[in-house]
Amino acid sequence: MPDAAPRALSYVDALREAAAQEMERDPRVFVMGLDVDDHKGIQGSTKGLVDRFGPERVFTTPLSEDAMTGVAIGAAQAGLRPIHVHIRMDFLMLCMNQLVNIAAKSRYMYGGQVKVPMVVRAMIGKSWGQGAQHSQGLHAMFMHVPGIKVLAPSNAHDAKGCLIAAIRDDNPVLMVEHRLLYPLIAEVPEAPYAARLGEARVLRKGTDITLLGISAMVPECLRAAELLREIGIDAEVIDPISLVPFDRAALAASVRKTGRLLAVDSAWTMCGASAEVAAMAAEDAPGVRIARLGFAPTTCPTAPSLEHAFYPNPAVIAARAHVLVRPDAKTWRPSPEAERSVTGLNFKGPF
Amino acid sequence: MTRPPMADLERIYRSLRLIRRAEEEVARVYPSDKIKSPVHLSIGQESIAVGVCDALRHDDIVSGTYRGHAAYLAKGAPLDRMMAELYGKDTGCARGKGGSMHLVDMAQGVLGASAVVGTTIPLAAGFALALKREGKGRVAVSFFGDGATEEGVFAESLNFAALHRLPLLFVCENNGYAIHEPTAKRWATNRLVERAASYGMPAEAVNDGDVLALRALVIRLVEGMRAGTGPAFVEAKTYRWREHVGPNEDFEAGYRGRRDLEAWQATDQVVRIGGMIAPARRAAIDAAIETEIAAALQFAENSPVPDPAQLTTDTYA
Ligand SMILES: Cc1ncc(C[n+]2csc(CCOP(=O)(O)OP(=O)(O)O)c2C)c(N)n1
Ligand SMILES: [Mg+2]
Repeated sequence: MPDAAPRALSYVDALREAAAQEMERDPRVFVMGLDVDDHKGIQGSTKGLVDRFGPERVFTTPLSEDAMTGVAIGAAQAGLRPIHVHIRMDFLMLCMNQLVNIAAKSRYMYGGQVKVPMVVRAMIGKSWGQGAQHSQGLHAMFMHVPGIKVLAPSNAHDAKGCLIAAIRDDNPVLMVEHRLLYPLIAEVPEAPYAARLGEARVLRKGTDITLLGISAMVPECLRAAELLREIGIDAEVIDPISLVPFDRAALAASVRKTGRLLAVDSAWTMCGASAEVAAMAAEDAPGVRIARLGFAPTTCPTAPSLEHAFYPNPAVIAARAHVLVRPDAKTWRPSPEAERSVTGLNFKGPF
Repeated sequence: MTRPPMADLERIYRSLRLIRRAEEEVARVYPSDKIKSPVHLSIGQESIAVGVCDALRHDDIVSGTYRGHAAYLAKGAPLDRMMAELYGKDTGCARGKGGSMHLVDMAQGVLGASAVVGTTIPLAAGFALALKREGKGRVAVSFFGDGATEEGVFAESLNFAALHRLPLLFVCENNGYAIHEPTAKRWATNRLVERAASYGMPAEAVNDGDVLALRALVIRLVEGMRAGTGPAFVEAKTYRWREHVGPNEDFEAGYRGRRDLEAWQATDQVVRIGGMIAPARRAAIDAAIETEIAAALQFAENSPVPDPAQLTTDTYA
């Protein structure tokens, strides 16, 4: 966007701007989902859209996620372009049958006669006792199924580009949005632009290790890289942005250079996105040293003392990276002062 | 309707007042950040949990929601363990792992709550299936909001419960809103009682929050259920006085008017039942409640936080 003036915008405002611009451009685009039209507007990401585009194109639904997903799929097959919004990714479990058995497969099993140009926006929650059912990162479940694209932008610039690309895409696209990213500000051009899906971004160049973060773990990896710099480890940080399709070439190029990969996800590691990333790296760059981090292998607890241990944070990421880079050195943890200077994403409730 | 005996009224008042005051204390403590948990308060809605639970036996079972403090307390589960849970302490009813949205006390017959709307309705049906097989005349109650009736599992559970004549009382706490969305934006008609009745079960509404009327209705319905007549449905209209989640009022947001609140406050059941009890007795009950709440908060404050080693315990049985 060489002609656009630099402008700072938050992730949440970037999402809203993307939707508004696409709705302006294309009358087939509409927004549906629980509470998209209330005064809070999904933490602000749909705020004001109903005033601008009217209740026919921006409407709340009954609490009927299964049926509403089917409605969105049907409308998409009929030629409209729905954006179905969920304030928590956990609620996608009620949409699973429609998404997996219909949305992902219609194009193929109906011999190319239909397409399903729909967007599903879903937010991952964290902190303030969100607990077991308001905190899950379930994107890997959807990555598993051919026919659905999965995007997980980690900054405001990519949030806008990804949502626009998702709306213009002729397939079902899941937007994975982490709640803690919403207030983060980046430079966001005003004119509409679509992200190129399947193109990763190298956010920090380095030679010793590749840190690949997913969603909210991207800023955490950047902070970890700062901690590592202090002990002379030069980390490269990659943001895949798009999980399906995935930029294998960018991953391979990075790990061939650094020889080491730490994949960090806002989700569990078992059969997760980080497992897939590790497998791709192992296949494409044999011999690379690999480790993964993600949620602790248990249900998300509410007590702060436990919740703290549930999530990876910059210090944990840096310490794990140190082991990969210097396996024979004695264990290292960033000093508490250093840790505090890069404190990870924080959230003051209530939601 | 004849007034229940004074002992019953005192018990009902005690329960109503305990829930009201305990939640007011939760709201008071909340800004201190000691409670790091989203709280969905039942203030204004207490009469449903109390009217229903007071009509039950101790060995009956109730299933509530994330707006579950009232059902938990009305069924007789301990306040101190609830407070400790909100504080994220090891002594909490879920050992600090569930928080306000997942209160549970199996010993008192309080099934664990879910934050995913509607998901516990069929679980209560499953318990009712087990109670039916057990054959001791116990019943289960499923509390859920008006929003939950829009989920597929609601209809599916009504059908199954009626088909199998399960001892299950469905209680819809209709406060008119799902978060900020009124039923008018979510329901094609208000004929909820008719919808439930069409599955083949007695279905009735209590429109004014009258705790004694609700209790009398539940006593009647549950009597039949214990004898094997199958499920029943109650729509209890009510009103949430505070914001959907959090400690404050939210009338400035504009989605509902203070007038509605005032109408419900005029028939506040805590005040109404309190007025039926001699002032000296009432003062003694109130004082005992304040002592209990203070002790519960002390317990929560003083309890240890869960040890990090507990992070993964209970992942599997
Ligand atoms: C399946 C599901 N969809 C959406 C939500 C988000 N949500 C939380 S509470 C709520 C409203 C529920 O309304 P109602 O059942 O009337 O209960 P109330 O909060 O009024 O007591 C919604 C939509 C959720 N928790 N679960
Ligand atoms: Mg409601």
